[in-house]
Amino acid sequence: MLDLSKYQSIGEALRDALDQFSNEVCLMEADREREKERLTYREFKERAHPLSKALQDAGFCAGSRASILMTNQSKWLISAYAIFFAGGVLVPLDYKLTPEEQWQLLKHSNATVLVTEYPIWRQLSVSAGRGAATNVQTVLVTEAPANADLAGAQRWEEFRDAEEPVFIPRKRSDIACIVYSSGTGGRPKGCMMTHENYLEQCVALTAIYPFWPGVRYLSILPTNHAIDFMVGFFGPFTCGATVVHLRTLRPEYVLEAFPKYKITYVSLVPLVLKNLQKGLQARFDELAPGKRKIFNALVGVNKALTKSRPRLGISRRLLKQVHEAFGGELRAIIVGGAFTEPQTLQFFYDLGIPVANGYGLTEAGTAITVNDLKPFRADTVGKPLPGMEVRIVNPTADGVGEVALRSKTMMAGYLNEPELTAETIVNGWLLTGDLGRFDGAGHLQLTGRKKNMIVTEEGKNIYPEDIETVFESLPVKEFCVFAANYIWPKRSMVGEKLVLVIHLEPGQQFTDELRVDINARNNRLLNYKRVHGVVLLNDDFPRTASLKIKRHDLAERLARLDSGAAILPL
Amino acid sequence: MRTLEETTQEVLDLAAKHFQLPAGSLAPGDDFFKKLGIDSLQTLEMLSRLENHFGIELPDYEVQGVSDFKTLAERIQSRL
Repeated sequence: MLDLSKYQSIGEALRDALDQFSNEVCLMEADREREKERLTYREFKERAHPLSKALQDAGFCAGSRASILMTNQSKWLISAYAIFFAGGVLVPLDYKLTPEEQWQLLKHSNATVLVTEYPIWRQLSVSAGRGAATNVQTVLVTEAPANADLAGAQRWEEFRDAEEPVFIPRKRSDIACIVYSSGTGGRPKGCMMTHENYLEQCVALTAIYPFWPGVRYLSILPTNHAIDFMVGFFGPFTCGATVVHLRTLRPEYVLEAFPKYKITYVSLVPLVLKNLQKGLQARFDELAPGKRKIFNALVGVNKALTKSRPRLGISRRLLKQVHEAFGGELRAIIVGGAFTEPQTLQFFYDLGIPVANGYGLTEAGTAITVNDLKPFRADTVGKPLPGMEVRIVNPTADGVGEVALRSKTMMAGYLNEPELTAETIVNGWLLTGDLGRFDGAGHLQLTGRKKNMIVTEEGKNIYPEDIETVFESLPVKEFCVFAANYIWPKRSMVGEKLVLVIHLEPGQQFTDELRVDINARNNRLLNYKRVHGVVLLNDDFPRTASLKIKRHDLAERLARLDSGAAILPL
Repeated sequence: MRTLEETTQEVLDLAAKHFQLPAGSLAPGDDFFKKLGIDSLQTLEMLSRLENHFGIELPDYEVQGVSDFKTLAERIQSRL
């Protein structure tokens, strides 16, 4: 691994990695059963430099912003490196957002360059939101068909200059990426992450989960997410490891990829991990009684032998068939994006497959705590990573309070939002909005949320304010969306739901017609953003002098209601 | 060559069968996430079934953001 303490920027570290590991394979890309691409670090450089030079020719320079809006693939990483080499700031965007939301974030980020793939551009180019984002001057589109109408874009494959680009150095304190943690509604939250944030996070994470040449990481989580950017790009690249991309993310192709590419690490969201658990459990349940008995005994032996620490060699021999189904080389599953239920973590650990669960948020520079497996604990999110100072603010008698962080991995702030930044970073401490406590062994246990938001099992952060626009002009006196767990706190971080709180006009009834209207509006939202129920309130909402809803006061009033009876299903 | 109506009907029948619902209980405009109560992963499984049935490949990007049977059938129809 490179000694990252010597480096000033992501671009500088990657530049040296491409030379140091030039003959190692850095990328493999498959589409269904077909392998599309296999690149060494040298070949990666040969693809990226002409792109970087063409960007420089087009006026792209230190601090210029370029957005990538693509599914996980080689060209994502090649483009990102070309941007960093030219001294640019990367704005990775979520390809699962709607075109209108994507244009909104493109405008907010002030990116001048957009790199995207043809199917996404086909929708983006005809979206009404395009008109407002005049800052986007250059659009590069990959894999466009020969006769395609590019609607003002240029072909990524032809945007190149054979001359060597000039490496543009950046300082550790310069902004490397603007990562949107949420806020596609009224107030986008663009986390300004510095080069130092990434360099420090990489050192901390690889101390516990190391990469080296020969390690193969299966990149499934979208690379625009902080987790995959770190463990599916920057981390493996600075260690000479290989990243495997799949262009079709169907369960059958993902499962095939493990043995085919001898995967070492993979990151998953809790939903996928749970689904994997269900699939495995169903297969175990189908075993004949005799075989089942032997299997259970082997799992029991494995549990006893791995009680204090994982012993991969022993687990792979004891539970050979299970490990072979995963390719026989899997060292750990990294799970992130949302809270994972302890029983799921325990299920995999008992099979000899450690799940690296932890806790983090984009604002913190990905992970704050990680389970160090010494020993494995399913009931916590692990201990703080090296370099992370974590404390509990205003703890109650049982030690529960808001989790706060101070570290070199913390974002510089939210783009164009000094007030929001000042509310989030107070006296040098990042207030996470999550509630938790430390146990006697120094492990962090999360107990709920202080902030009005939910995180889905697919790892999506949803802020109620961001989806309220869809209910505008609803024929009621007033309405407001809340995270149910914000109103009625429960000591759990799974199964979180949004509710629509309605105050009807005098004499108005909650009719079927109104319910149909709400459902129709709800259906315009992406499925994971939808509200799950309605709460009727007969009082006027508390408001400020400027008529903004006092959400906290309203939540306190709602908390007096019985949640079971108050939430009407839609 | 199937008509769009025929393709839509086959999509509805297959989805009903896959999720063990009575035939005829699904409509083209139904939101399958809501009507079937499925998550994104189960949707991918349903897509694989549909690909096998129609003998086509439906790239992930083609179904990005699609949540109703009618639009899904249109995407399938364009690849038949």
